[in-house]
Amino acid sequence: MDWRTTAKIVKYELRDISRSRWALLYILFFLVATEVLLRFMGSGAKALLGLSSIVLAIIPLVSIVFGTIYLYNARPFTQLLLAQPIDRTALFRGLFVGLALPLSGSFLIGVGIPIIFRGGLVIEHMAVVLLMVGTGILLTFIFVALAFFIAVRFEDRLRGLSVSVLLWVFFAVVYDGLVLITVSVFSVYPLEKLMLALMVLNPIDLARVLLLLNLEASALMGYTGAVFEQFFGSLGGLATATAGLLVWVAAPLIAGIQQFKRKDF
Amino acid sequence: MIEIVGLMKRFGQLRVLHEVNLQIARQKVTALVGPNASGKTTLIKCVLGLTRQQAGTIFFDGEPLDGACAYRKRVGYMPQIARFPDHLKAREVLMLLKELRNQSGVKGERLCEAFQIDSELDKPLGTLSGGTRQKISAVLAFLFDPDVLFLDEPTAGLDPVASSLLKDWIMRERDEGKTIVLTSHIMSEVEELADDLAFLVNGRVHFFGSVTDLKTSTGEENIELAIAQIMLRAEG
Repeated sequence: MDWRTTAKIVKYELRDISRSRWALLYILFFLVATEVLLRFMGSGAKALLGLSSIVLAIIPLVSIVFGTIYLYNARPFTQLLLAQPIDRTALFRGLFVGLALPLSGSFLIGVGIPIIFRGGLVIEHMAVVLLMVGTGILLTFIFVALAFFIAVRFEDRLRGLSVSVLLWVFFAVVYDGLVLITVSVFSVYPLEKLMLALMVLNPIDLARVLLLLNLEASALMGYTGAVFEQFFGSLGGLATATAGLLVWVAAPLIAGIQQFKRKDF
Repeated sequence: MIEIVGLMKRFGQLRVLHEVNLQIARQKVTALVGPNASGKTTLIKCVLGLTRQQAGTIFFDGEPLDGACAYRKRVGYMPQIARFPDHLKAREVLMLLKELRNQSGVKGERLCEAFQIDSELDKPLGTLSGGTRQKISAVLAFLFDPDVLFLDEPTAGLDPVASSLLKDWIMRERDEGKTIVLTSHIMSEVEELADDLAFLVNGRVHFFGSVTDLKTSTGEENIELAIAQIMLRAEG
């Protein structure tokens, strides 16, 4: 496990990314969105609810699309480094952390500045703010990992990018619809366990439940979320959802490394 | 120095290398010659571990390559197309490689001076011309004074001055005892540089031996004509 190599690669990637415009744009987006919500949604809790919806939709989309494009673009750099005495796993880890870190950082800065300027809000809703930031970072890592797996798996960048966008559409939009259809078709059967399983299989659903459990807005959780809260209660739900999200970071990452090791450059 | 035994590589249905056997001699310049898509670059990439073959073994200094990366400490590589991260500067890429390998890279700096590209090192790589990037790519290959060099069309895209400078540099490296493998489509260049020559068509080696052997066996004085002879024989 060559972590020193990984750290060196991360350092250079951060420098490369900090000079490109998109990191700034991403910060700006969250800065404006957060400021607007805090200013016009009145009470803190309501604004945070709105912000959560943005986090749940935008972070997965940007992370998966940008991650896919990024790894395709990093191909010359990857080839240059693979000709060096460097282990492939260490290199892949470096590329991953080197992108997931600045994406998370941009989100943190963009959301953080307007919130910190309203000190009262931080104190009043400390748990929710922390949870939202944590969930946003986890979602970033998950969807960058998925993006990297896709970009390594598909040689053709257009196909890879299409798969990435479709996967986001599936998790963010289609999935809940499929769950509802399942529920209405099989409504005579007890479906709790199935619902729980279905929710764990969608990282955005998991993240939504994690956020909304604490915002006490079960009505917005969708069907799976409501079942989830009933089943685990608030604290157990928090632990289960967090563990589930961590597995969602690890699984595509490990699969991506396996693909990367065998790949031809 | 490098022995390739029964190398076979396929991309999906497409066979790129069939049963390639080659012995690349120490301290010589071996030229890989052949039409486009004959497998020259794939062969180099297999030795570098950038692509993985389906069958066959590559021995580096007597040791079979098994996926470990330490041997690449002794290898320099100049790819066919020099592409780098756009926002980094050449000097930063040099620094990164030095840090990654914990080596100083004096040799490459001398080549930098010879090319007179010092002022280009502080500009973002994305803004540099193709020729300048090719020069930087050459600098990276020679940076750590490696024993073995793989140069994939090293002079393509260089102006005549830089091209002849690089060729002189390659000859000097050979005289210092380096093993060099290069590909080229310019037969006069092969004539100038190569000791040994491998001629590939459709992933098969049709000739392998010294340049002198090639000339005597075909009765031609000129490499271009000699190769044309071999191609005709292969077809007939």
